[in-house]
Amino acid sequence: MQEGNIVVKVCMGTGGIAAGGTAVVSAFREELETAGVSASVEKNCTVHNVGCRGFCARDVLVDVIVDGEKTTYEYIKSDMVSRIVEEHILQGRPVEEWVVKDDYHTFHEKQVKVVLSDCGEVDPEDIESYVNRGGYAALSKVLTTMTPEETIGLIKASGLRGRGGAGFPAGLKWEFARKAVGEPKYLICNADEGDPGAFMDRSIIEGNPHSVIEGMVIGAYAIGASKGYVYIRAEYPLAVERLKIALDQARRKGVLGDDIEGRGFDFDIKIKLGAGAFVCGEETALIASIEGNRGMPRAKPPFPAQKGLWGKPTVINNVETLANVAYIVRNGADWFAQFGTEKSKGTKVFALTGKVKNSGLIEVPLGISLREIIYDIGGGIEGGRELKAVQTGGPSGGCITAGMIDIAVDYESLAKAGSIVGSGGMVVMDETDCMVNIAKYFLEFTQAESCGKCVPCRIGTKRLLEILERITDGRGRPGDVELLEKLSNDVRSASLCGLGQTAPNPVLSTLRYFRDEYEAHIHEKRCPAGVCKNLLTYSILEEFCKGCTMCARVCPAGAIVGEKKKPHKIIEEICVKCGACFETCKFKAIKKG
Amino acid sequence: MQETLEKILRTYHENEGNVISLLQEIEESFGYLPEEAINWFSEQLDIPPSRFYGIATFYSQFHLKPRGENIITACCGTACHVKGSERLINSLMRELQIPSGEDTSEDRKFTVEKVNCVGACSIAPVVIINKEVHGKMTADRLMKEIRKIK
Repeated sequence: MQEGNIVVKVCMGTGGIAAGGTAVVSAFREELETAGVSASVEKNCTVHNVGCRGFCARDVLVDVIVDGEKTTYEYIKSDMVSRIVEEHILQGRPVEEWVVKDDYHTFHEKQVKVVLSDCGEVDPEDIESYVNRGGYAALSKVLTTMTPEETIGLIKASGLRGRGGAGFPAGLKWEFARKAVGEPKYLICNADEGDPGAFMDRSIIEGNPHSVIEGMVIGAYAIGASKGYVYIRAEYPLAVERLKIALDQARRKGVLGDDIEGRGFDFDIKIKLGAGAFVCGEETALIASIEGNRGMPRAKPPFPAQKGLWGKPTVINNVETLANVAYIVRNGADWFAQFGTEKSKGTKVFALTGKVKNSGLIEVPLGISLREIIYDIGGGIEGGRELKAVQTGGPSGGCITAGMIDIAVDYESLAKAGSIVGSGGMVVMDETDCMVNIAKYFLEFTQAESCGKCVPCRIGTKRLLEILERITDGRGRPGDVELLEKLSNDVRSASLCGLGQTAPNPVLSTLRYFRDEYEAHIHEKRCPAGVCKNLLTYSILEEFCKGCTMCARVCPAGAIVGEKKKPHKIIEEICVKCGACFETCKFKAIKKG
Repeated sequence: MQETLEKILRTYHENEGNVISLLQEIEESFGYLPEEAINWFSEQLDIPPSRFYGIATFYSQFHLKPRGENIITACCGTACHVKGSERLINSLMRELQIPSGEDTSEDRKFTVEKVNCVGACSIAPVVIINKEVHGKMTADRLMKEIRKIK
């Protein structure tokens, strides 16, 4: 594709589309045409869809590049397009008030982009746009100049570790499968991104699917696999669609399928849609699911590298791991290893969400401090409130408290603090978040997702949840904290797979750092953060109430009564404690406590 | 129905048969897994219905009961949770008069389902109304959207 003097790039990830990206793209196409721009600079003016650039909270983000000069706009709606075309593209004066502010730049400043370097730049539905930025060069290099063993050696030397959660060295995994006996061998890309609060895999596939495909073909060459699968969540329809397009284009270009690049190497990829089971992120469960069975894990060994899909040697790599591969081959192992710490090399993508000002997808060198992530990149806590904790690693992870904010974010340091890097979810919580409620939330999740094979996990998580439910309902009993601890340790040590072994982590880590909150719920029947419904009452402060009737209108239970312009009243017996009035009141007249 | 079932059976044979893909196609065609369809495939393929149901109840994507015309999916991921997804769900259930323990309104116009995470956390809380993703949702806006299709 010939990129010309005027290029407009519109963010069209899930976030961009939700914010109205599709309308923005067509508005640009129309406006440019009616303005006659396409007539005068027809060949040089293009409008692209690009994938996520990380800062979804500001969508729709639009880059307007005139003669190589890039201006980025934020919060763009379709009705704003005509002014941008008129003033910026036609008259050469960018619309300053809509241009991104300083925080957009500070959001990106401390990031180091490897995996995400082309996301938001390439058009995910056009293979040439990836090729123009150096895509598939790594594959050619591997096929023409390297043996499979050398390829494995390179990945080992780079220190790349699995990005899906466990952090197992990727090169080593490949080596096991290479050496394993059995034909055919399989390479599976694990895109069953199940951790709530993590969305890097979705964004990578939506933004740059070819980087994953290229990584897979290189991996397949290294281990000697002829068949590949991408096991992807059905909840990600856009990613599935773009992956399908990318696979077709890759086949037509000869970088996938039979006799790849004329080097006599065959490898093809099929898409398998996950049917919605968190446990299928575990590799043996994932294999069972591809085989068409209930996705239940089995004991290891034998490891999938020896006996995997249909009993054959199988490598399962996470999306982000595979997306790193081509960049490592292109730039060398040393280049990759310069980022990160001694044991945690490279960069990691985190999904920074929750009560942080700039939420989005970020890529940082491992070893960066949590403070830099939250305050420099994230811009601090929303609404000027206080940081309370950061939950990392999803339902398998734990909490890092505000007091430990200077911790280095890498595999070892987080593990020491009782949490994990995991798949890279990072949910920021402030003083209005109840830690007991958060623990309960994760247990609800793991309890529902337990496959039921191991009794300690199936019944243990259920009992843990019941105890947490009674604590948050105000029925907690003395001794519950100790019971939670004991039961957690039992579940952890007696479960077969990672799900059960890590399910108690959110309980244990909140108990470790926020024991006083548990005590307050149990002994004082009080929720210090004001979250747990049954421990709350809402009332209206007469002196502040203006009688605007807003609260009465939003109250779903009809529990608020009063005349217009006179103080209202909440009828406690009818109140369902949903908090809608509290959120709506502009005069701070609703008291929670 | 017969025609659809036979078509699914053909693709099943073409694609080296996999029970999950088969169920996914039934679900796609009918919106749920009708008992008659399961029984028919059970006979055709000589696979006991219990195996189909074992798989169907294991994965959250499959439904044994017909669902509503409009599907409203509330994301319950961590980011949505801390930003109040529970409140959104409660107001939905009340507005649509869906009895507790059920997910579909009596007239089968609406189904409200929860999903673990749709991966759009930076625009939390997220609600998907008939496949269209709505970010930064509030109870107020949600009610307006619902009343549009009610």
